[in-house]
Amino acid sequence: MAKKSYSFYPGCSSQKAASSSNYQVSVDTMCKELDIELNEIPDWNCCSASIGYAGGGELPRLALSARNMALSEEAHPGQDIVATCAACWLSTKETQERLHNDSDLLAETNTALAEAGLKLKNDKKVRHMVEVLIEDLGYEELGKHVKKPLEGLKIAGYVGCQTNRPFGIAGESFENPKYLDKLIETVGAEACDNYEKKVSCCGGALAFSEPEKSQALIKDIIESAYDNGADMLVTPCPVCQMNTEVYQDQINAKYGTKFKLPVVYYSTLLSVAYGKSAKEAALDGQIIRAKQLEDIASK
Amino acid sequence: MSDYNQNMIEKYRGSFLKEVEANVEEGDWVKMCMQCGVCSGSCPLGPHWEHPPQEIFMMIRANKREEVLESSSMWMCTSCYNCIARCPRGLPITHIMHGLATYAKRLGLQPKEQPTAKFAQLFWDNLSKTGRVNELKLGLSLYFMNGFSEGVKTSLKMKDIGLGMMKTKRMSPMEFFGGHKCKDTKGFQAMLKKAQELEEARIGKSGS
Ligand code: SF4
Ligand code: SF4
Ligand code: SF4
Ligand code: SF4
Repeated sequence: MAKKSYSFYPGCSSQKAASSSNYQVSVDTMCKELDIELNEIPDWNCCSASIGYAGGGELPRLALSARNMALSEEAHPGQDIVATCAACWLSTKETQERLHNDSDLLAETNTALAEAGLKLKNDKKVRHMVEVLIEDLGYEELGKHVKKPLEGLKIAGYVGCQTNRPFGIAGESFENPKYLDKLIETVGAEACDNYEKKVSCCGGALAFSEPEKSQALIKDIIESAYDNGADMLVTPCPVCQMNTEVYQDQINAKYGTKFKLPVVYYSTLLSVAYGKSAKEAALDGQIIRAKQLEDIASK
Repeated sequence: MSDYNQNMIEKYRGSFLKEVEANVEEGDWVKMCMQCGVCSGSCPLGPHWEHPPQEIFMMIRANKREEVLESSSMWMCTSCYNCIARCPRGLPITHIMHGLATYAKRLGLQPKEQPTAKFAQLFWDNLSKTGRVNELKLGLSLYFMNGFSEGVKTSLKMKDIGLGMMKTKRMSPMEFFGGHKCKDTKGFQAMLKKAQELEEARIGKSGS
């Protein structure tokens, strides 16, 4: 397949030394193997995720994503915008939609952008990395690169909320999207078909501000994975990953559970199956180590 | 009570629905709700909401202005979009909840000790300074948002998580001393300032 190029919006959590920097490492590895070129939007800013509403009104929030889109138009004409963070993808896509439907808002947004010397045409597609994999490459192509099938592993695909609703991935249902399961099977592992908590919310940003309430949600997400015999969870979203991985000890302390379930990104899974090293697959970024994947990677 | 709040009370005396329609993001959708209750049943933190979304929509029509705006409910929205995906009338419920929270805040009516309201404001302050979120600074101010001794307790509780993140290089202490930011901080801030002004002008218009 010919090289594919995109205008890339990495988002704050992927920055060097930030909470999902490991996601970025594995995405880079995966993209190199698949001949996907990610051109970082120069000088991008945070989109304010889904909690900007407390400090910023509608227009300031729209301006945040609009600035990124305008920078992308300027630097990478003709390339779709691609995000790896579900929240980044969602807020950018929402901004695009709202400005598309409301020309007054677009005009005001452009007045604000002019202060930074920018102008938005708003004519780009905004996509999640998973869409690129599935729609632009396809499962068959993704499967062709597998060198070490992840045989014997049982994995629960935790889709979560924001890669699934309100936009979702084309052709998938809100209640039971199958794309993570298909990716799991593509790399030779077994998917937990009946994973009940597949699209349940982990609390998102409220894991910080309402830890006890969110941890109750996370507990159910992990428990159901164990009930389905999962060796690990795989997620497409940095907030899901962080929430389901880092609080397991606190949940154990509170509920007397013995959780120790690794939670990896699809990009880590693909990288290991593509025969990359533990480091390239960012397995060293796991707080709960994914031993089985480490073993495969070192074989 | 703020002047702004007083003005709004006088302007819309007797019709909170009209006030919401004119001042809350996506507020003109509220009248479309048919009270089926699907949204309330879909809400992940629903059991903790004083008034789940369906009830909020009913209360707006019933003129329960202060009860709605002073409620902590909307601040418990996790932005999971379950409600939007399921609402038979297609209401953008998530955005209405965010919009109500923004409006309550603007009027000075939001509950004073609401943790998400505080955290979300810290997040905004953090990003609007440099254009990017500095996770360590955000984490620290979050732990200390309820005062110093509470903060020490929370930090201790979160200590192991912090250590785990640091060991895996997912949270760098260097972030604390500068870290990531936009190069064009000046342009970024000027843009936000302008957006704020335009928005205020619009609010002033509908409020006058
Ligand atoms: S959503 Fe998260 S990762 Fe994305 S830009 Fe905003 S804070 Fe950063
Ligand atoms: S599952 Fe959690 S982190 Fe993932 S999108 Fe939903 S709220 Fe956000
Ligand atoms: S689901 Fe929609 S129609 Fe039903 S109560 Fe909620 S907002 Fe109203
Ligand atoms: S988006 Fe908000 S209001 Fe809607 S179901 Fe989720 S938490 Fe509830």
